Amino acid sequence: MARPIEIRTAPHLKRPQGVEQIMRNVVFALIPVAAFSVWQFGISALALIVTTMIVAMLTERLFSQLAGRGNTLGDWSVVITGMLLALTLPPGFPLWMAAVAAFVAVALGKALFGGLGFNVMNPALVGRAFVQAAFPVAITTWTPAFAPGRFIEFIPSTLAVPFMKPEAVTSWINGLNIDGFTGATPLAMQKFQHITASTNDLLFGNVIGSTGETSAILILLGGLYLAFRRMLDWRIPVGVFAGAALVATPLWLMNGELYPSPLFVALSGGLMLGAWFMASDMIASPVTPWGAFLYGALIGVLTLVIRLFGGLPEGVMYAILLANAASPLIASWTQPRVYGETKRQEGGA
Amino acid sequence: MKLLSLFRGHATFAHGGVHPLEHKQETAGLPIRRLPFASKLVVLLSQHKGAPAKPIVKVGEEVVRGEPIAEADGHVSVPMHAPATGRVAAVDLWPTAEGPKAPAIVIDVYDAASQQILYEEEVDILNLAPSAIVQCVKEAGLVGLGGAAFPSHVKMLPPADEKIHTVIVNGCECEPYLTCDHRVMLEHTDALLRGIRIAMRATGAGRALIGVEDNKMDAVRTIRQKLSKNDAIEVRAVEAKYPQGAEKMLIESLLDEQIPEGGLPVDLGLAVYNVGTLAQMGELLPRGRGLIERVVTVSGAGVERPGNYLVPIGTPVSFLLQRAGVDTEANKVILGGPMMGMTMASLDVPVTKGVSGVVVYAAGDPDQSERTVYPCIKCSHCVEACPMCLNPSMMAQLAKKREYERMESEFHLNQCFECGCCAYVCPSNIPLTQYFRIAKAINRERPSLAS
Repeated sequence: MARPIEIRTAPHLKRPQGVEQIMRNVVFALIPVAAFSVWQFGISALALIVTTMIVAMLTERLFSQLAGRGNTLGDWSVVITGMLLALTLPPGFPLWMAAVAAFVAVALGKALFGGLGFNVMNPALVGRAFVQAAFPVAITTWTPAFAPGRFIEFIPSTLAVPFMKPEAVTSWINGLNIDGFTGATPLAMQKFQHITASTNDLLFGNVIGSTGETSAILILLGGLYLAFRRMLDWRIPVGVFAGAALVATPLWLMNGELYPSPLFVALSGGLMLGAWFMASDMIASPVTPWGAFLYGALIGVLTLVIRLFGGLPEGVMYAILLANAASPLIASWTQPRVYGETKRQEGGA
Repeated sequence: MKLLSLFRGHATFAHGGVHPLEHKQETAGLPIRRLPFASKLVVLLSQHKGAPAKPIVKVGEEVVRGEPIAEADGHVSVPMHAPATGRVAAVDLWPTAEGPKAPAIVIDVYDAASQQILYEEEVDILNLAPSAIVQCVKEAGLVGLGGAAFPSHVKMLPPADEKIHTVIVNGCECEPYLTCDHRVMLEHTDALLRGIRIAMRATGAGRALIGVEDNKMDAVRTIRQKLSKNDAIEVRAVEAKYPQGAEKMLIESLLDEQIPEGGLPVDLGLAVYNVGTLAQMGELLPRGRGLIERVVTVSGAGVERPGNYLVPIGTPVSFLLQRAGVDTEANKVILGGPMMGMTMASLDVPVTKGVSGVVVYAAGDPDQSERTVYPCIKCSHCVEACPMCLNPSMMAQLAKKREYERMESEFHLNQCFECGCCAYVCPSNIPLTQYFRIAKAINRERPSLAS
């Protein structure tokens, strides 16, 4: 019996679900959302998704090389960042700006903190916040869904020359002759004109908005898939919607003309995508069960406060980034009660 | 709680736990078979928690099977008995599973024809005074056979201000692969029940509760059939979930009570024994014998003839594996079960009283493949899996920063009993359990450094 014996420490068994598998499944869950956005907005959306993904991956590769971490593309996490980022941008967003966003997302949002597992905030949202500040006009320029010729023709702003002001899309939109197009998202219409989009349109994506935020139902299905496979903590989206409803319901009951219904709140804008795919970013959310719920609720409340009382029609991004920052604190406040702990205090009292 | 358990099936502990593949069908149906004697048996003097036994035989002396060869050294210690008739070849250092060599009595075994147990003395055990029974338990060298190897008699003597009212009998056997306790419950039911009654008499407990995981319903039925109406002994099925067999978990499952942090079952008036221990108690004590053999499950893909073997204490693992027909390609041998057992540096390590199984993995087993370790992604799977409701993710971060004291003072490190659930579920393949073992070892050294 002179063969080598392996020495390892217990446990000697391992559940087969690994990091790569979790990350890969998040990507799978996002594919229907991305596919729908391409069908809705055409090749511009496709180009946008491809651009952010490629730039995000290249940036990850570059920084992991510089940091001597080897090739970290294999963990799939940067693919999610690239994909999510594109889904939060307007479909006609200039590609060069999207590339900047993707670079900032990975470089500033992730690599500088030490890569996977060390980022404080959701990298995709860091990238988006950067371009929101840098290119305020482009990021609020909306184009119509289901435009004719969308599969052969780019939205003009998509191909804007880097560092030049993108060409205005107004004349192009006018040329399309779409009835009733106002260039305002359902959120903006509700906020500034108090016109509420129908629930059906919101569910099935028959509205304008960011590339991947329009179809609530596909996002919901993807999120539920991940929750059932336990690759996403269900407490976070539940917390988000509970928090949002907590603020929205009383206001809506007081004045249904002025304030949106809780259902509209949940289905419109980025709340659905944010709750299921961005707030639930494991790394930037608390590990404790109650912490996860509170963190979600904080996002819901902050989103509504920004949407209803702030200057912007949408607040999901800032709400998540703020809650990300608060996450370690929330986690330390909500440590679970350890087995046998209270009993001892009772016994001592 | 009670209402919920109607929907959930059998009772279980409140938080965490995992369901690894059981791999019990390989050996669950195989009756216990006696293993022949190896030509050399090695009785380690420290096979139990507490002080090592002191040898009372000299090199060259002849010993009879069952004869005491080492005596207990103090209260928390047990004697050793000769597992076979033969001659003491050496009292020397020998490899152990834990790593460092330790003192052992090596016996050259005589031919199998002479292996009758002659060293015994009938005792009317149930009519003895409780203190006399406790003394008999100690003299039999009984320790927890579930793996902890804690001297059984010590648990029978509660502190002056506490009283034991219930004996908890642990028939969970939650570790994958192991079926030795299952077989004991099926084949030695009478000895088990006799052992339980002895333990009840010794501790003064008025009742006994047997907890069996619901993947062994045949054992539940077999035991139940032998119980009378209004018996002081009751058998209950609990959910098959790892680590149901940890005493803290089983107590919570059966009684819905938690042992206070830093406390012992006796604080709740309980004494917990493994079914194997009690079956031995019921078998050995009425005849005045000592513990010289135990049932060991040998299983895993690397074993040609898996099974439950009645193995003399001191049998080298290499001999056991040879008899079980271990595949020559096998390269990973685990003493105990795969969740909490340990690998050995040498197959010369002898079987001790606490060894419940030997699991052998074939080379290239996918369960045992090398995995990339990623940083913690804070997925919270470990927090959900921990049966003690600890926060392994947080403790691992502290361990990396070497803040071992904070792990204990703020995050209850010492409540971790190293069940391995956290490391089992970790998608980043972080060796969490190992971090905690190291942290605890360092914390243990600290006060001695300070003084």
